[in-house]
Amino acid sequence: MDKQSPILELKHITKRFGNITANEDVSLEVYQGEILALLGENGSGKTTLMNAIAGIYYPEEGQIFVNGKEVSINSPKDAYDLGIGMIHQHFKLIDVLSAAENIVLGLKDKRRYDLKAAGAKIREICDKYGFDVDPNQKIYNMSVSQKQTVEIVKVLFRGADILILDEPTAVLTPQETEKLFNVLRNMKQDGKSIIIITHKLNEVLEISDRVAILRKGRYICDIKTSEADTQQLTDAMVGHAVTLNIERKVPVDPKDKIIVKNLTVRDSDGVEKLKNINFTARTGEILGIAGISGNGQKELLESIAGLQKIETGSILFVNEDGTEEELVGMDPKKITDMGITLSFVPEDRLGMGLVGNMDLADNMMLRSFRHGRGLFTDRKAPYELAEQVVKELEVNTPSIRTAVRKLSGGNVQKVLVGREIAAAPTVLMTAYAVRGLDINSSYIIYDLVNKQKARGVAVIYVGEDLDVLLELCDRILVLCDGQVSGELDGREADKQKVGLMMTKLGGAEHE
Amino acid sequence: MNRIPLIHISRRKDIVWYKAWLIRIIAIILALVLCGIITMVTTGLNPIKVYAAMIDGTFGTTRRIWMLCQNIAILLCISIALAPAFKMRFWNLGGDGQALMGALGAAAVMILLGDKIPNGLLILIMVVVSIVCGAIWAVIPAVFKARWNTNETLFTLMMNYVAIQLVAFFVIVWEVPKGAGKIGIINQNTNAGWFPQVGGSKYLLNIIIVAVLTIAMFIYMKYSKHGYELSVVGESEPTARYVGIKVRKVIIRTMVLSGALCGVAGLLLVGGTDHTLTTTLVSGRGFTGVMVAWLAKFNPIYMVLTSFLIVFLQRGSGEITTAYSLNQSYGDIITGIILFFIIGCEFFLNYKVSFRKSHKEVA
Ligand SMILES: Nc1ncnc2c1ncn2[C@@H]1O[C@H](COP(=O)(O)OP(=O)(O)OP(=O)(O)O)[C@@H](O)[C@H]1O
Ligand SMILES: [Mg+2]
Repeated sequence: MDKQSPILELKHITKRFGNITANEDVSLEVYQGEILALLGENGSGKTTLMNAIAGIYYPEEGQIFVNGKEVSINSPKDAYDLGIGMIHQHFKLIDVLSAAENIVLGLKDKRRYDLKAAGAKIREICDKYGFDVDPNQKIYNMSVSQKQTVEIVKVLFRGADILILDEPTAVLTPQETEKLFNVLRNMKQDGKSIIIITHKLNEVLEISDRVAILRKGRYICDIKTSEADTQQLTDAMVGHAVTLNIERKVPVDPKDKIIVKNLTVRDSDGVEKLKNINFTARTGEILGIAGISGNGQKELLESIAGLQKIETGSILFVNEDGTEEELVGMDPKKITDMGITLSFVPEDRLGMGLVGNMDLADNMMLRSFRHGRGLFTDRKAPYELAEQVVKELEVNTPSIRTAVRKLSGGNVQKVLVGREIAAAPTVLMTAYAVRGLDINSSYIIYDLVNKQKARGVAVIYVGEDLDVLLELCDRILVLCDGQVSGELDGREADKQKVGLMMTKLGGAEHE
Repeated sequence: MNRIPLIHISRRKDIVWYKAWLIRIIAIILALVLCGIITMVTTGLNPIKVYAAMIDGTFGTTRRIWMLCQNIAILLCISIALAPAFKMRFWNLGGDGQALMGALGAAAVMILLGDKIPNGLLILIMVVVSIVCGAIWAVIPAVFKARWNTNETLFTLMMNYVAIQLVAFFVIVWEVPKGAGKIGIINQNTNAGWFPQVGGSKYLLNIIIVAVLTIAMFIYMKYSKHGYELSVVGESEPTARYVGIKVRKVIIRTMVLSGALCGVAGLLLVGGTDHTLTTTLVSGRGFTGVMVAWLAKFNPIYMVLTSFLIVFLQRGSGEITTAYSLNQSYGDIITGIILFFIIGCEFFLNYKVSFRKSHKEVA
């Protein structure tokens, strides 16, 4: 990384969407054999900039140089021809085809008919960098992390020297992330250049050589990773000093609010998703649910929200006066009609919590449209609520009348969380509330959750970042394979122990 | 590799309304020019005269204007009936059948009960029966969709043919005179069940009814709780369930409404203007209505414009083929070209085409 000439150079790139400028006058260099982390708040234009290099968007202004020669990248194919490959956040694989078929798909030369030769080359790539892929496995049988591996191999197969990864770790478990990073280090050793986008600063510090920071579409600076720390990166990203700590107050007068007893749930194929779950959520307390994603968290929250068919067991809601109401067999409307305000931030934001094609105000209305007079909806209150959420949570949006689908990931989440909290709930459930959020927004969300706790709300917080769970939650329930693996005091639990309980029922007890 | 693209196509985020209308007007002008050229080349006629004939054919006399309005009213009625279903992403292709069932219901009441009860009561029963008939025809596929998730496109389409066969059957049962194979004018002498004339025209009442229904539908879709629910269901069923909207109930309710309004269209045809029942009474408006609704993006107020456009093209092209004794296909060609341009301009409303200047400077 001495004064060699850059392998990829961007000069004065500007990309607009209508009257929004996603990138403005961005200049950036990438050198051979380095890992560059691209950092920026939600909506700062990281994905857009990378898409411009990968041939998805064409910038209005600016030039791109590869190996010192100016190029024009009009399509992903052009990018491949230049040795640039991007792994998108949403994979572009065909489910019914095998890994090898997906990898050769779309190649112009005769190689695509020779799956055997392709298979051999794929194995060669895998051995070289330490991937773990079976070329003949079908995509629909693969886990998220395996699919991601296929995407990376696909890009390498096409001879990419510059790899771009857009938030690759957002969907991975810590173990999978470690595996990915090992592969990335091997590729770097081999002289490949890698650009990685991630919101997790510890990952940035762990994997990258250099960090480039974008703010509001503009290039701010680059910092050598060896000279950087979390606080400095955050301040550069946000543009002013921010405090990064989570306050954990001792719960005031906790009372039982939700009592789950012997809950068992099966999916439509009859597979048990939850087995005999027992726990209690209390007022003024944050109950954290830890576990590798897909171990029953979704079913658990949806059961309480009245969205799951429940096989056996009971879910009791405790009223102010101590009387109990059964929630099993209720649907969300019945629960509301009982006078229970139960807020729920589901994992699938645009697929369940919000309507992508509707604007902010109409999305606020999802919770309140029944409040209108007679046959009609009340359109004023949701509009005002949208304005309030935009202001309080610093949502980056062109207007209240913009379709939510057009916002960047983090802003979508703020809209959803803002709406759910505005309902002044007695129970608040969140699933991966900060997934895809930048660090500043994440702390805004932690703060909001803490404020709900202070209000006496019973909070159930499903998370994946153990450090945060241990800092934020009063109690932690660990799920493993649809069962309760253990319950710990958040102030005393240690990371190692929780990690073990996540992968093995009962965890350390068996040691 | 180093080609800088001359044209670059990008998605528009938003478009200001006057630009949108400018694009539409340009599209129509271009379509008219192209039609003019084709007219000159293929028929040797003066295109200006042909267009004049089209306009004369639709607006030329008071009667023609009434016919135009009547046709718009019926088409609009079916289109606004389809709109909520389509907004809910329920592809109701059964508008024809539902309207025909409404017509059958109305005709049945006129034939079976005419003269036996007071006229006011008769008309009231006609209204109820035709609405119920249309609704039943729509609710059957809706229930199947809601319960067993069957494909509504095929189902509603097939229901059209069942409706046609049913009407064909009853036409024979009620044929006048025996062996004629048609019903003829129902209650010709007594006028029982005929809608009263308003303002001296048999068309005005229909037009007023449809105008009121259109405004009501606009308000229903935009401001009512039901309208909000059906658009959420259309966009995402999991989201609907998440906020406690009963998806099945909304599907069935919306289709009852859709079918009922189609039934009203059949009622207006039988009771208001035609006073007879044939298998071709609805003449494909259930399908034309789909186009009207789509072109207007399911906004009932815009549908007034789009249904006007389509009826104008149909009547105008019909007029010129007879006036100049041209082949029937000629009118279809003209209609086709104009619609092609109007639908094609949607591309320019959604995408921006820009010409990029080269940035290359000699280094
Ligand atoms: N296809 C699009 N059409 C219109 N606007 C867009 C589009 N894609 C992105 N934007 C806007 O451009 C800006 C930058 O978005 P981008 O997705 O690049 O941000 P990001 O840095 O990747 O954010 P995140 O961390 O949330 O993924 C945002 O304001 C976004 O709303
Ligand atoms: Mg992004």
